[in-house]
Amino acid sequence: MAHKKSLFTQLNEQKWSFLFIAPAVLLFLIFVLGPLIASFYWSFTDFNGIQAAKWVGLANYKHIFLNDPRFWKSVRNTVIYTVGVIPPGMALSLMLAMAVDQQIRFKNFFRTIYFIPSVTSVIALSVIWKWLFAGEKYGLINHLLILMGLKPIDWLMSPVWTLPAIMIMSIWAGIGYNMILFLAGLQTIPTSVYEAADIDGANVWGKFWNITLPLLKPTMVFVVIMGFIASFQVFERIYIMTESEFGIGGVLDSALTIVAYLYDMGFRKFQMGYASALGYVIFAAVFIITIVNIRFVKTKVEY
Amino acid sequence: MEISDSRRFQDVAIKSVVYAFLIFGAISVAIPYAWMFVTSVKPVEEIQSYPPSFIVKNPTLVPYKDLFRLVPMMRYIWNSIYVSSVVTVANLFFCSLAGYAFAKHRFFGRDKIFFILLGSIMIPWQVNLIPGFILMIKLGWLDSYKALIVPAMAGVFGVFLCRQFIMSVPDDLVDAAKIDGCGEFTIYRLVILPLIKPVLATLAIFTFLQQWNSFIWPLIVISSGEMRTLPLALSVLNGQFGTRFAMVMAGAVVATTPMLVVFLFFQRYFMKGITMIGY
Repeated sequence: MAHKKSLFTQLNEQKWSFLFIAPAVLLFLIFVLGPLIASFYWSFTDFNGIQAAKWVGLANYKHIFLNDPRFWKSVRNTVIYTVGVIPPGMALSLMLAMAVDQQIRFKNFFRTIYFIPSVTSVIALSVIWKWLFAGEKYGLINHLLILMGLKPIDWLMSPVWTLPAIMIMSIWAGIGYNMILFLAGLQTIPTSVYEAADIDGANVWGKFWNITLPLLKPTMVFVVIMGFIASFQVFERIYIMTESEFGIGGVLDSALTIVAYLYDMGFRKFQMGYASALGYVIFAAVFIITIVNIRFVKTKVEY
Repeated sequence: MEISDSRRFQDVAIKSVVYAFLIFGAISVAIPYAWMFVTSVKPVEEIQSYPPSFIVKNPTLVPYKDLFRLVPMMRYIWNSIYVSSVVTVANLFFCSLAGYAFAKHRFFGRDKIFFILLGSIMIPWQVNLIPGFILMIKLGWLDSYKALIVPAMAGVFGVFLCRQFIMSVPDDLVDAAKIDGCGEFTIYRLVILPLIKPVLATLAIFTFLQQWNSFIWPLIVISSGEMRTLPLALSVLNGQFGTRFAMVMAGAVVATTPMLVVFLFFQRYFMKGITMIGY
């Protein structure tokens, strides 16, 4: 600013500024930051939601890492889920994006239909897929298996198939959203690059490996990071597909993920101190993974 | 000549593969929805008959009648509409107001406050489940609209989005309004708001969508039958009447159709919004 404001104007303007940010900042302090700090404190206690919390030092964290097979099972399941969902999901959505990006008819129709699962509540999707995965011959998917000459699978009652069933649904549900992101990425690649490659006589594969993939790297990073974060926090579909009177997570905890475990400890067993510690472990994991992803990409993205 | 012929052949071949792939994909996406609709109008005998079929011989509305008779479905629909609408309107107002101050005002600690807000986007929501629940107990808000609405009234992401957008509004416009003697709130209302309609539309759609589909928070803070929102109601339906597939699917239809319709009408904003905010 060229001219100097009088003190009065300055104060007056600041008064309005603080008034304007007050609702957002107060809500943040009360419902995000305050609870976050309280939870950090509880993670060092044996808080159970009713009695006063007793300080136990690092006992919760020690127990999580050294003495808790259910936690490690949930980590294992979450890792399997993440690794099983992200790569195939990315490959399929990239293929769809490239297909939609061609000069084709009904472009908008295809785009719309692929995106529909992204606006449907995960609860509804899970309920629908639970019915698709119904056991014996009544489930549509088992019927398909029978038609192909295979044996029906008791998907959601089997310790082997519960997690894969949920992964299949997740790949299906996530494709449209990633496709839109890839599509936006594809549209940033100038056509002149492809035209130059055409003149050099590059074929379809050559163009894909040497132009499309490298130039899509920023989009891929974003998709991977978002995918990691979403996978690490997967809960709702686990809850719907595996809830029974025995708890959530399926037979023998075969689909118990980290957040499902946190929910079970906090809201079914009321070990809130322990569950708070679990929350912070997840926090740390998500944070580290995001940083590693960004680092990894920074070193390799130079082109 | 030969080259262009093989090129043309290649083009046609690629096009065919592309269409086949797209159509296969579209069918794969559509089947679960079709199955939901079909199941929701099937009489019991047809659900239990083998092989399963997409053709309903005697379509019936009994599952829907059962649904509205056995659980207070109208109340759930109202809960979802009410909570999502109030949260959306509150976000539009509070986020744009704060976004304006962060973008165009100079005040003490502005950048530090904004940085702290922004940093909190990194926090995974489940860290807040337990302390949030305890806070609701302490406030006596469990099982109330307040618990569903108040904590969600000003999302940090919305503030960020509005700030970014308002920063592109020329300072001159704000200064000119000031010279004309407009008060701060008038500037916000008459200068800023009309200019940021696109970002408000995006924010509105995504906030509404997020609230409409929100599950975990309602699951934790709502306990009584009539306070449930649609996703929560659907989950309870699935638990209680899990074997009455037609009725559960009818519930799924009721829960998904409104959002589907909204999406079909406003899909331009959805697609744009996604690339804008990475929802």
